[in-house]
Amino acid sequence: MSKLLSMTEAIRRYVPDGASVALGLALEPCIPFAAGHEIIRQGRRDLTLIGPISDILFDQLIGAGCVAKIQAAWVGNVSEGLGHCYRRATEQALPRSIVTEDHSNFTIGLALRAASLGAPYIPTRSLLGSDLPRKNPTFLQASSPFDGSPLLLVPALQPDVTILHVQRSDEDGNAHLWGSLGICQEAMLAARQVIIVAEEIVPREVITSDPNRVIGPSYKVCAVVHEPWGAHPSAVQGYYDRDHQFYHEYHTRTRTPEGFQQWLDEWVLGLKTRQEYMAKLGPARQGALGVKEHRYAAPVDYGY
Amino acid sequence: MEYTPRELMVVCAARQIRDGERVFVGMRLPLLAFALAKRTHAPNCVGIFETGLIRDTPARELLYTMGDAPNICGALWATSTINVIGLMAAGEIELGFIGGAEIDRYGNLNTSLIGNWQQPRVRLPGSGGGADIASLAQRLAIIMPHERHRLRERVDFVTSPGYGYPDEQGPAGVAWRQRVGLPRGGPAVLITTLAVFTFDPTTGEALLQSYHPGSSIEQVQEQTGWPLRLAPDCAETVPPTPEELRVIRECDPHGVWTS
Repeated sequence: MSKLLSMTEAIRRYVPDGASVALGLALEPCIPFAAGHEIIRQGRRDLTLIGPISDILFDQLIGAGCVAKIQAAWVGNVSEGLGHCYRRATEQALPRSIVTEDHSNFTIGLALRAASLGAPYIPTRSLLGSDLPRKNPTFLQASSPFDGSPLLLVPALQPDVTILHVQRSDEDGNAHLWGSLGICQEAMLAARQVIIVAEEIVPREVITSDPNRVIGPSYKVCAVVHEPWGAHPSAVQGYYDRDHQFYHEYHTRTRTPEGFQQWLDEWVLGLKTRQEYMAKLGPARQGALGVKEHRYAAPVDYGY
Repeated sequence: MEYTPRELMVVCAARQIRDGERVFVGMRLPLLAFALAKRTHAPNCVGIFETGLIRDTPARELLYTMGDAPNICGALWATSTINVIGLMAAGEIELGFIGGAEIDRYGNLNTSLIGNWQQPRVRLPGSGGGADIASLAQRLAIIMPHERHRLRERVDFVTSPGYGYPDEQGPAGVAWRQRVGLPRGGPAVLITTLAVFTFDPTTGEALLQSYHPGSSIEQVQEQTGWPLRLAPDCAETVPPTPEELRVIRECDPHGVWTS
């Protein structure tokens, strides 16, 4: 069954106001910027964002006023440092106040893993003695029923929708993702629904030729969006590398609210589609980021 | 031979890595420290990256983030974040690297906020994997710029636990970590732009181990928000060798991380 939709339609149908949305789950690579920009263009409000180390997509969604709450391990600009919009929102309630429930990379992964297992929580010894539990009232400190030792209980977290950017998918949402996976699989398995954004749409046979590379069951997928370069400026292994300069420019230009608004007008609001974004980026920059030398894995034999 | 303060920090960080160790590699300077150790005294060390990656060769190009494409190529294992932090939770990772915005004399790190935690004056990005590395690695190495407002008597917020604080139940140090339930670890070293500190595990206090060439005990004290205690063998930091500098400059020819 084809679940192919345009990005506009996928966001319109499956990311309503007030939704909890997990995205940017591979940490620095495969961040679904095209999806985030469409969320901004459609003026979504009161979203909860869920993620590990989140790069500048969270900062952009916060600056655009889409976000009410953050459940994440880190919000900023990975290669540059602080996220200016995150600071303005948390320090001055600009453009609005946001609630933050702080996690670490491990606890956000465990929270999603717990939901994926139908478990109410997962205990860990990480973060004992840290002040982070004060900033996240969902955590409970308890004693192990086995030996009485201190534990932190991380409750299950179920996103309304998880948005994953992948290398390739079929029209039904059977998707291959490779490279380091961050908490992509945990977030897919935990979510009520999943939007797959793919560099390439391939026949089902390509996916089923290598089922070990599939990220999760396609029955959870509600929409498949074909969006080449949809993760720029983040990297997609085998397609393009990270555009470090883009992060630097964003960091420099968004120091003031006015600077952010200009950046947003130029790169998001003033463009209707990802095709317009890529035209603006230009072929020279695309060429510089594209694959210079292919490195194919050895084929595996599923024969019998 | 001339070198920058950051080049010296990379060298000091690399020297913390022992051959054969499993090292949880953090952002920025540790990415270079891992490459340097690998190509000098620790050819058998293994790097673990929180994106979900293990590799035993340095990446072929300079990394801006651990998720950059050259870091995936030739990796030993590309997997999930909770699998690799899980290895650390199980006690299998010898050394972890992290940075911080603020640190105190007991090695407690703050990367969350400045001011009152309920109404912070400055909001910092947060833990990332830092709090996990500080909680779970066997030894912790911390790298940060040395400024008086960053090295404080007590941090505003403990993101990543070091040796805690003395309280009515006992001293800071390893005893504090046991009291709160942390399974192991604690800061082994703090590397700054001016100095290297080690820690006394029984009191949890930082000890000035060495001051960098061009700095002095007095200058370090001036930039440190607690009264210094000196290690018995406190001396000047051993400067980088020409070989160490050559490798760093091969890895970072334009000084992206080291200028």
